[in-house]
Amino acid sequence: MMATSYNAKDEDGHITVSGPGGGTLRSRKPENTAFKQQRLPAWQPILTAGTVLPAFFIIGLIFIPIGIGLYVTSNNIREFEVDYTGVDMSSPCFNCSQNYSWNSSRPCTCTIPFYLEQPYEGNVYMYYGLSNFYQNHRRYVKSRDDSQLHGDMDSLLTPSKECEPYAFHDKKPIAPCGAIANSMFNDTLELFYNDPNGTKVLVPLANTGIAWFTDKYVKFKNPGGDGANLTAVFQGTSKPVNWLKPVYELDKNSSNNGFINEDFIVWMRTAALPTFRKLYRTIKDAKVIPTLPSGNYTLEVVYNYPVRSFEGRKRMILSTISWMGGKNPFLGIAYVTVGSVCFFLGVVLLVIHHKCGNRNNSADISN
Amino acid sequence: MDFSLLRRIISRYCVGEEIWVDSRTVYIGHKEPPPGAEAYIPQRYPDNRIVSSKYTFWNFVPKNLFEQFRRIANFYFLVIFLVQLIIDTPTSPVTSGLPLFFVITVTAIKQGYEDWLRHKADCSINECPVDVVQQGKVARTQSHKLRVGDVVIVREDETFPCDLILLSSSRHDGTCYVTTASLDGESSHKTYYAVPDTMAFRTEQEVDSLHATIECEQPQPDLYKFVGRINIYKDNEEPVARPLGAENLLLRGATLKNTQHIYAVAVYTGMETKMALNYQSKSQKRSAVEKSMNAFLIVYLCILISKAVINTVLKYAWQWSPDRDEPWYNHRTENERQRHVVIRAFTDFLAFMVLFNYIIPVSMYVTVEMQKFLGSYFITWDEEMFDEELGEGAQVNTSDLNEELGQVEYVFTDKTGTLTENNMEFIECCVDGNVYIPHAICNGQILSAASSIDMIDSSPGGYRREHEDLFFRALCLCHTVQVKEEETVDGIKRGIHQGRPTSFYISSSPDEVALVEGMKRLGYTYLRLRDNYMEILNKDDEIERFELLHVLNFDSVRRRMSVIVKSSSGEYLLFCKGADSSIFPRVVSGKVEQVKARVEQNAVEGLRTLCVAYRRLSEPEYQEVCHRLNDAKLALQDREQRLAQAYDVIERDFVLLGATAVEDRLQEKAADTIESLHKAGMKVWVLTGDKMETAAATCYASKLFRRTTQILELTKKRTEEQSLHDVLFELNRTVLRQRSISGLSVDCLDFGLIIDGATLSAVLRPNQDGPGSGNYREIFLEICRNCSAVLCCRMAPLQKAQIVKLIKASKEHPITLAIGDGANDVSMILEAHVGIGIMGKEGRQAARNSDYAIPKFKHLKKMLLVHGHYYYIRIAELVQYFFYKNVCFIFPQFLYQFFCGFSQQPLYDTAYLTLYNISFTSLPILLYSLVEQHLTMDTLKRDPSLYRDIAKNSLLRWPVFLYWTCLGVFDAVIFFFGAYFLFDNTTFTSNGQLMTTNTQMMFGNWTFGTLVFTVLVFTVTLKLALDTHHWTWINHFVIWGSLLFYVIFSLLWGGIIWPFLNYQRMYYVFMQMLSSGPAWLSIILLITVSLLPDVIKKVLCRALCPTATERAQPQKVRTAGTPEVCVAPGSAGGEGLSEREPLRPDRTREGDSGDKAARSYDSMMSHSHSNPTQQALEYNPTTVLDGIGSPWIRRSCLGVAWQS
Repeated sequence: MMATSYNAKDEDGHITVSGPGGGTLRSRKPENTAFKQQRLPAWQPILTAGTVLPAFFIIGLIFIPIGIGLYVTSNNIREFEVDYTGVDMSSPCFNCSQNYSWNSSRPCTCTIPFYLEQPYEGNVYMYYGLSNFYQNHRRYVKSRDDSQLHGDMDSLLTPSKECEPYAFHDKKPIAPCGAIANSMFNDTLELFYNDPNGTKVLVPLANTGIAWFTDKYVKFKNPGGDGANLTAVFQGTSKPVNWLKPVYELDKNSSNNGFINEDFIVWMRTAALPTFRKLYRTIKDAKVIPTLPSGNYTLEVVYNYPVRSFEGRKRMILSTISWMGGKNPFLGIAYVTVGSVCFFLGVVLLVIHHKCGNRNNSADISN
Repeated sequence: MDFSLLRRIISRYCVGEEIWVDSRTVYIGHKEPPPGAEAYIPQRYPDNRIVSSKYTFWNFVPKNLFEQFRRIANFYFLVIFLVQLIIDTPTSPVTSGLPLFFVITVTAIKQGYEDWLRHKADCSINECPVDVVQQGKVARTQSHKLRVGDVVIVREDETFPCDLILLSSSRHDGTCYVTTASLDGESSHKTYYAVPDTMAFRTEQEVDSLHATIECEQPQPDLYKFVGRINIYKDNEEPVARPLGAENLLLRGATLKNTQHIYAVAVYTGMETKMALNYQSKSQKRSAVEKSMNAFLIVYLCILISKAVINTVLKYAWQWSPDRDEPWYNHRTENERQRHVVIRAFTDFLAFMVLFNYIIPVSMYVTVEMQKFLGSYFITWDEEMFDEELGEGAQVNTSDLNEELGQVEYVFTDKTGTLTENNMEFIECCVDGNVYIPHAICNGQILSAASSIDMIDSSPGGYRREHEDLFFRALCLCHTVQVKEEETVDGIKRGIHQGRPTSFYISSSPDEVALVEGMKRLGYTYLRLRDNYMEILNKDDEIERFELLHVLNFDSVRRRMSVIVKSSSGEYLLFCKGADSSIFPRVVSGKVEQVKARVEQNAVEGLRTLCVAYRRLSEPEYQEVCHRLNDAKLALQDREQRLAQAYDVIERDFVLLGATAVEDRLQEKAADTIESLHKAGMKVWVLTGDKMETAAATCYASKLFRRTTQILELTKKRTEEQSLHDVLFELNRTVLRQRSISGLSVDCLDFGLIIDGATLSAVLRPNQDGPGSGNYREIFLEICRNCSAVLCCRMAPLQKAQIVKLIKASKEHPITLAIGDGANDVSMILEAHVGIGIMGKEGRQAARNSDYAIPKFKHLKKMLLVHGHYYYIRIAELVQYFFYKNVCFIFPQFLYQFFCGFSQQPLYDTAYLTLYNISFTSLPILLYSLVEQHLTMDTLKRDPSLYRDIAKNSLLRWPVFLYWTCLGVFDAVIFFFGAYFLFDNTTFTSNGQLMTTNTQMMFGNWTFGTLVFTVLVFTVTLKLALDTHHWTWINHFVIWGSLLFYVIFSLLWGGIIWPFLNYQRMYYVFMQMLSSGPAWLSIILLITVSLLPDVIKKVLCRALCPTATERAQPQKVRTAGTPEVCVAPGSAGGEGLSEREPLRPDRTREGDSGDKAARSYDSMMSHSHSNPTQQALEYNPTTVLDGIGSPWIRRSCLGVAWQS
């Protein structure tokens, strides 16, 4: 600072000494621009009862209909949920839930009957729901290797450190590595419609089109490219410890196998909260109308996934959707509430504005 | 500067304590003294290198980093960053490293650039060529190679390379002229003298033949003090010793003028020059806003720590069951498992700290700094604060205190040069009671050709005649005025006739110029000082010559100066002029009564009075005087003191000749400014060295005291009658009684206090007398608190600072502002919270030491009421908003911990965490804090009482802070649980029908965070938009621009697979979210709900209990056309402001015609104060105020007897 300041002063001194004319003065005079004089033209809105009032009414008038619309739509959505954890003795899956093992050679199967009171029309979606499952635990969330999932050969053989302790098994790299992949949901759910005439009809469930398009086609890639022989590519890697089958046997359909298996992709998108649902299957393009007629159904579960140890629950959900997605009364109620509050506040403000506005005006005029 | 200190310490401790002596001995030309001379201890001196740079190329990085991390905020972030590096934390080190790196780099680049400039400047200075005399020849060398003892030649218009003792100059009288504009800003020429024994040297050879040593004190920073002695050895004779003073010392940085060349010897070099010593940094002032900012920070730090502790505890409570701690799907690695639980807990605690650390706003410091730095330009750019006459606008010396300008409660102002113009006009003189008035008022402006003496009561008698002659001669001789005869004269002094070559008077004191010019108009012209003879052209056009023997310089303690001259008839005469109080006690004869009466009368009218006295000295008396003076001057130790003693002895037994009166006008709009400050709730104190009467008159004229003001007096006169104790208690009672009687009607409660220096020191003196008297200070403060205006007269410079300190330390800790123009105000300017310097006629010392410098007192109004107000509301919003937006930002993360098993899972993506503060939300608030105007400038100027709205740091008090924090928490809860309910209860899905390709998309945790973050960014930005009252195109651009930037960034961030990232968690998240209808609906809903409470609070507050500010904001109903109506009524209990007068049109300066009125006003005043002992209480304020109402009266402003 010192040198610069005395330089400036030297100059100053010089100016006053040598230039008595006005030239130097003018150069020091600040410019008269609107910005420098802080006089830029400006819009100066003031939030008063008078100005805000219409906004409140408008918000009220817009929000309430939207809310009602949302609520009605949400109520029209059919949703059915069945808990098949098997906590109660009476539950059909009780026995399976007691067999607490991952790799039992004989899969445990249980059958849950249920009754749909109303027919489900249009596309119907089947979800599995887990509770008390902390997919959002930090250790869990980061335990994956995105470049491995992107088809990178190096990462396939040397998984990221983040995958520990699910990176290597028997000195062989795990593919896909990490806790998320390792704990992939592996129950198999099948739905049968019990026709009133006694036959058991398998409801066709589509296992594609359930993941994000971008995930399936960009983010997740099988190593070695599209046409590669997955068995060969995954040679030298180990399957995740808890899996029954290696990753290249997830599906027979080659466009839904390996890392681009949609069940896998869906699982890999970690849920935000410990109670969550994930899309399992869709029932669409059904020949019959309605898609799921009302009546008796049977859910057949191949029970592999243990949740009792952490007091978790497993559910199967059937749902239709609307333009606003799945069933969500909250949004509609919230809109109606906020709209009404705004409307009410508008009225209050109107009163205040009427009273105080007059008072202020008169006060000012008397001045 | 660090170096000089270091060097000094090293030299002190390494070379040895005994070598550190009080004085140094310089061998001129490095010639050893003859063997017989005293042995001197050799000292080591630094070379003449100036080092102003802080860093070198090598130490820049470590030293700069060290300096930066000394700041607590930077250090905090460094710690967080290191923690992130060391332990496994939820967020990557980038999130705090990048902002920190950014901040550090920007600062380092700025400082590096500044230092580079300094290096360049140093280099050019150190390498500039200097001519040195070596072995009788001139040798050219570089400046930095100069050593103490070198003899240097300096030519005209060159700058002195180091501190030099003048040996001889090209002028035959051994003087040279110098401007010190670069040192203290005074562009007038000062004369420096060579010692008579050396001044005859003309050539290098002669100079080289000089054999002498100089003893002088060690370097000290006072520019105006120097004590030394030169010993000249001549061929085995006893050395001749001559005194050296400040008048012999040429300072580095000053420039030689009007002199061809000089020879001089270097005594202080390099970092030991007075200039270098003066660039030591001043103590840092901190603003009140900064203090509350730090308090808030501490609160947030506590919140942060408690959050981390709560979460850690909850985590371990929750994890008690091993199935929760380590469920089968989520095992720890072996390493982690083996770690001790305490270490794990501590790591967790640190991880939570890191996760929540954003609650301490990283970028707040940078933004505040930028806001202050950039914002201060508005002051320098302000055209209204530009003074045409001076050619200068306002200056900002420190931008740290901008907002403090909006918080001022006490204004301490100097009188002369601050309230008044310090543009002196000689009004009259009075010799033995007879008054002489020059016809024409002249200060180089109006001059009637017929200058003559208007004699009142002319009855010339012999005695009178003699006194008259002596009086005029005294005024012509007793001064330190210089005469400039060239037309091409530099500096500020004006020619009497423009364009015609004529003479100018130059002096550091405008009073002296006024007096000498007044004398000229009365027929006695001071011509010049030649060869120690002062020449006067008397009335009869004869030249009289007086030999100037001694000048006893003016100082502010003695308050007088004297000269001793020898007239052509051989008489020794001592003329003295000075303040009445310092002259009258020393007078033995003369018409004391008449003069005293006239002086008092003039003082009441506000004229600056000086008394003139003389004394004839006989030859032996003169010799004795000579002896005393030389003795004192030669002393190396306590020279000041010994000189003062000598002066005291010499200046006595005077014969009073008469008195002069000089007028100092009130500055333009001074009264208006003071009135505005009063209305703005500030207490204005005038601190002056002046007489009580003069000062009081100025106070009335400047509306500091009003018609209704009840004057309380606390002066020496009164305390002589009663004891100080009684007076204080009585005044206190008066004040308290008045308050209890008047109760709510504040109008009556308008006290003005007058106190003088003597009483003040009695009040402040720590009292040992007894228990009862110890608390004078408190009582005094209590009285002052109840007075709207206080006048302190007869103040010494240090007392001014004492008063400021006293008020600063009183229990409310009010914010003080000191404003002054002279060197005597520097102490108070430095002491006050905000120091403002006026670029006055008495040099630039005040302006240099101030925080802000303005050309005129009237600019204070805009400075405080407009700029101060703006800066305060801007920075207050800035600080509150920063905390608010970080609460909004971090609180959802805190809530999220309850839903993710306290695993420190961040809610937002790393990019969002990093960029939230530095790019998504930084520009709108920065711009807001630069251009926001909640009221127009005109409104603020028109209605000063609006200033009260922001008094006492009102926008940064705890309730307001709490409101903002609660608002932040509320918004955060809305964001989080809004998103939570959308996710929890349902398959949060995009629609299946409108989008043909696919169906029910599951949203993961990153979508959840992105949703919250989107709502957050929009809410926080829109909240600022709601607070913005002044929407220029820049605001629109920045606010909408930064929202757009967020959207574009998010699209881009999620749009591609980033090859350098090892995770792709954000891939397409933002787009998927936007493709879902319910997401849009919930974003809109959540933003609305978050903003609702603030809008309602604003509207309700405005409607139900509007503040003055809110009332003053133009409302739709009534707009332009009747601006007066828009003015809000004064805030509650505006004392005296209820009399809302329409604004007077600017009173124009009076023309000559006003003069008659002034005279009649003067006589009126003098009539009403015929009794000089009348007390100030009995002033007839009505008369005064009536006078003020008319335009001409402002000129009759009053001044001090005599100030430094």
